Amino acid sequence: MASPEVLAEPAGLQPELVIRPSKGWVSLNLKDLWRYRELVFFLTWRDISVRYKQTVLGAAWAILQPFFTMVVFSVFFGLLAKVPSDGLPYPVWNFCALVPWQLFAYSLAESGNSLVANQNLITKVYFPRVVIPIAATLGGLVDFAIAFVFLIGMMLFYHITPTSAIWTLPLFVLLAILTALGAGLWLSALNVEYRDVRYMITFLIQFWMFLTPIAYPSSIVPARFRVLYGLNPMAGVVEGFRWALLGNGQAPGLMTAVSVAIAIVLFFSGLAYFRRMERSFADKV
Amino acid sequence: MGNYAIRVENLGKQYTIGQYQGRYKSLRDTLTTTFTAPFKHLVHRNGANGRQESTIWAIKDVSFEIQPGEVVGIIGRNGAGKSTLLKILARITEPTEGVVRLRGRVGSLLEVGTGFHPELTGRENIFLNGAILGMSRQEIQRKFDEIVDFAEIEKFIDTPAKHYSSGMYMRLAFAVAAHLEPEILLVDEVLAVGDAEFQKKCLGKMGEVANEGRTVLFVSHNMGAISSLCSRAILIDKGNISMQGDVSLITNEYLMQSGSSKPRKLVCQVDNNLRVQILEVELIDSFDDENNPLTILKCKYVVREEMKNLLLCVEVRNIADVIVFYSNDDSLKDDRKRKDGIHIVTLAIPNYLLTPGDYFVTFGFWEPGCPPEHFPAERLFFSKDETTNRLSAHGIIWPGIIYMPSTWKYIDNELH
Repeated sequence: MASPEVLAEPAGLQPELVIRPSKGWVSLNLKDLWRYRELVFFLTWRDISVRYKQTVLGAAWAILQPFFTMVVFSVFFGLLAKVPSDGLPYPVWNFCALVPWQLFAYSLAESGNSLVANQNLITKVYFPRVVIPIAATLGGLVDFAIAFVFLIGMMLFYHITPTSAIWTLPLFVLLAILTALGAGLWLSALNVEYRDVRYMITFLIQFWMFLTPIAYPSSIVPARFRVLYGLNPMAGVVEGFRWALLGNGQAPGLMTAVSVAIAIVLFFSGLAYFRRMERSFADKV
Repeated sequence: MGNYAIRVENLGKQYTIGQYQGRYKSLRDTLTTTFTAPFKHLVHRNGANGRQESTIWAIKDVSFEIQPGEVVGIIGRNGAGKSTLLKILARITEPTEGVVRLRGRVGSLLEVGTGFHPELTGRENIFLNGAILGMSRQEIQRKFDEIVDFAEIEKFIDTPAKHYSSGMYMRLAFAVAAHLEPEILLVDEVLAVGDAEFQKKCLGKMGEVANEGRTVLFVSHNMGAISSLCSRAILIDKGNISMQGDVSLITNEYLMQSGSSKPRKLVCQVDNNLRVQILEVELIDSFDDENNPLTILKCKYVVREEMKNLLLCVEVRNIADVIVFYSNDDSLKDDRKRKDGIHIVTLAIPNYLLTPGDYFVTFGFWEPGCPPEHFPAERLFFSKDETTNRLSAHGIIWPGIIYMPSTWKYIDNELH
């Protein structure tokens, strides 16, 4: 993308926009992104309002998907394989992890494919391209909210009251979003040039799920590897959710700190890579 | 530094064609290239100059300046680089070299209805499309009624766009874009779609925009639209500016170029899938019984499947792209004309009916109420010579599009 610089405004003249070839790494240009914040809202809103159009079950899908996953996990892992769930009822314990996981998986898949899916926009209108993966990532939040309400209902059913640490929950949601967006920025930019990425994303999400303590507790991971385990930011998110809602496990410590650090690195490296590749999107997509 | 709205200096855009010929690169290709790259380099040094062949300059060394409030048309053949230029100015793609300076908010309209979603209602699409084009929510809210009014879709505003007719869809899409209020507007061939009435309405709106003192850069193939909207034009040929200046001068030049490159005889490629097809058309100079010059249009066509209501149509346009007259063979009462087989017909165009100048002939098969059956895109070209023109006998060329044989009569003389 062209690097626009708004120069000093000569008296009585409009600010000048200069378009010239850019080289190497370019600035993140967050100011431009801020100007287009309404577009982020509209694209997110489009994705949300279109998603369940012409479906019979509509928004119920937001609950059905994690619900049936939970049922299968509860039967096979909880009931048959007797995977420990730290003394909590397996279904609610598992669902508590599935809700943020669903948010992450959806956001990652959507943002990773977002540039290719919106190629008609990229080749016809200018706006900061970063808007597209950001909007795609945020689109998962409504499904998350619906599933979250269901989770609260389940907790009531099992007579579990959330801990007072529930206020930290938005931070863990943010961590999940940041991780999804960071990976999504990398994948979406790569996807423009390499269509292999589309298939990689499906595989990656599956793979990532097994690396995350959803069906099993992180306590089965030996303590000395625990910090290493935090290299997967989603481990930090899931642990945080169980801690804040169910009072399960330990308060966030070194492992979560590692998760946060990784998520931040992933996000900013993704943003920088995205900005660098951005200039040729319209020619290659 | 002059008082310009747009200033383009030595702009160039290079595309690599070989590399992306397979459309998408796969990771494997890149890995292979990475490993073979050092060796390629060796080959390269040895003089194999294969790499340079795979790049082309879509535009090169393009420089021009546009003053605030100017309405400038960009014309040129397909592939001349007009759209690439516009895409660079609109910041969709980056130039390979050169600098562009733009003063003022830029709005671009490279396609009507960008980002429209068929599942969303008209109302929702107005907001979405407006935001994509760079309007704020308040701005859209303020102009909402005006947009709906212009599009004439009040009744269907809450119907999903997928149920719209294509005409409604286009009207709504254009209405949103037309209410964008940038200081610099870049428009690409958006008027090529829609019916005649819609085009007229769009042109009217464009004219309004131009009159409001905005700077407009307008790419079109429609010379009539260019002539009526723009004061200046830039002619692009093979990625370079070949001419720029007064709009009538440039459009004339463009039409002359596209005319002179076409012979006065056209032979179409035989396509057996067509039910009817024009095979050959030829323009022949001739004279009528009174020795007036005629242009005879001779058409050879084949009928493979008999169609009763089919018409062979002819359209003659002048240099401003205005249809001077239209005719079809409905008046030819001959039962043989639509029977299976090859036919030859002629139509005489009396030259004296036309004012001096250049004319383009388009012809085709068409059934009322149906899409065209066969319409060759090429046009034939003829010109009416000024010297053989009896209108200019006194050295005066009469204004007007046609010459009407007019008979003046002396009736009376009243003395006062």
